Amino acid sequence: MSDLSDLYQQVILDHYKRPRNFRRLDEANRKAEGHNPLCGDEITVYLHLDGDVIKDISFEGAGCAISKASASMMTAALKGRTRGEAETLFEKFHEMVTGHRDGTADPAGLGKLEVFCGVSEFPVRVKCASLAWHTLRAALEGSGGTVSTE
Amino acid sequence: MIPAGRQVAGEVCNDCLVGFGVERIRQDFPALQVRVHGKPLVYLDNAATSQKPQVVIDRITRYYLSENSNIHRGVHFLSDLATQAYESTRDRVRQFLNAAHDREIIFTRGTTEGINLVAHSFGRSRVRAGDEVVISAMEHHSNIVPWQMLREEKGATLRVIPVNDAGELLLEEYERLLCDRTRLVAVTYVSNALGTVNPVKPMIAMAHRRGIPVLVDGAQAAPHLAVDVQDLDCDFFAFSGHKLCGPTGIGILYGKADLLESMPPYQGGGDMISAVTFEKTLYNSLPYKFEAGTPHIAGVIGLGAAIEYVQRIGLPRIAAYEADLLAYGTELLSAIPGLRIIGTAKEKASVLSFVLDGIHAHDTGTILDHEGIAIRAGHHCAMPVMKRFGVPATARASLAFYNTREELEALAKGLHKVIEVFA
Repeated sequence: MSDLSDLYQQVILDHYKRPRNFRRLDEANRKAEGHNPLCGDEITVYLHLDGDVIKDISFEGAGCAISKASASMMTAALKGRTRGEAETLFEKFHEMVTGHRDGTADPAGLGKLEVFCGVSEFPVRVKCASLAWHTLRAALEGSGGTVSTE
Repeated sequence: MIPAGRQVAGEVCNDCLVGFGVERIRQDFPALQVRVHGKPLVYLDNAATSQKPQVVIDRITRYYLSENSNIHRGVHFLSDLATQAYESTRDRVRQFLNAAHDREIIFTRGTTEGINLVAHSFGRSRVRAGDEVVISAMEHHSNIVPWQMLREEKGATLRVIPVNDAGELLLEEYERLLCDRTRLVAVTYVSNALGTVNPVKPMIAMAHRRGIPVLVDGAQAAPHLAVDVQDLDCDFFAFSGHKLCGPTGIGILYGKADLLESMPPYQGGGDMISAVTFEKTLYNSLPYKFEAGTPHIAGVIGLGAAIEYVQRIGLPRIAAYEADLLAYGTELLSAIPGLRIIGTAKEKASVLSFVLDGIHAHDTGTILDHEGIAIRAGHHCAMPVMKRFGVPATARASLAFYNTREELEALAKGLHKVIEVFA
């Protein structure tokens, strides 16, 4: 049986209650909105891209603990990383939360984001965990539209 | 038909709550015996869909085992049997709604299709540019979007009856919205998101004084209130079988015969015709004019068994029992710190919609699920009403006559656990 404490880990609850980089980014040159119509989660991801490097990143929005904590920890993990690194991290993250990876501890280099591995036991919450990342991808691609999980 | 040897709940009881016999009623529902995450299921998502009693499951099985055939076509034994079962359900539905004629009962896929039928057939033939359709601020998307589609096509206008902070319609505002351009009022009887029971009877009378027909969305009303379409004097009444202990994919549209007669068909195909040549088609009479194609025969027959089951318990008794449950649930939830009930109308049925301070409904739903408690978390397909109350989502516990006070206590206990996780 999936364990509730695997999902609602202290780190996740901490990021939910005190989200990092939770603000509008005035110097942003990329931005995208994400929406999960199933539960009403809404998020805006702001990026300050300097060439290929994510110089700064922030987010705003409302959502459940999983989606908000995921957005918060994503911004913390990506500051100073390159676009390519961000893409790779998203792929690894997605494999982890959808339960499509094999193997032992942290083979993917996800670091603190490993805390979301419990999500794979809660299939209906995968969209919550990945909303921020889908929105990030839209911001990186500069498509400017609204991303929806549906 | 109730299989022999199987007792039906409620037969021995009178109209007192003590004798409601909920424990016996629960025995009729196999799904209520399921365990979830090692705990007994507490099913409080009845506004989404109800569980099915064994008699309904058995009736559908019997149809497929020994009566399966197409209707209105064959001269053979099985077809005759299936046709009789199908048409006797139409008569049962007529009695259930107290409609005047069997031909006023149209089988649909559900409430949504019933409303779409009216929007397409009545709406497209009667609504012109500049005309208006009046709906309310607490409608389900299925009673908003079909009218928006009609608006886009015809250049019509949608007017919305506002609600107060308790979730009650403002009737004075409603009266002001009715005018010479109003072609239809489409309003829900019971709100799926708030539980409000709207005063549809006086609202219908107000519209009729101006000659405006009224469609009532009865999806949440049919399982909880005794409905009498002649007493209400509504022009259309739509509901779904699956919220009423019946199968999914089957519903009813009631319409007054003279209105239905004057409306063009909704879909073309078999059963809705009386004669077809390549030059011209003569449409069938009511109700078949609106039932194109082979219908959901098993669903109709299953719905008949569901209505028979519900009628044996009796909707007045169900309403009284559920009112007691709702009052108890309201009391329990009101005592939980940081919990706010959304929808506090004086007249309510079966729905406890709420938010917890600092905790998203989706998280509440996941944690309750781990306690075996099934609720709905989200916007309940009523995003405009969520916006009206300034919340992106609510958690919703919705009751049925097979729920118990103990289950509401389990819900309250579960909510304390939710608060603990987020403490």
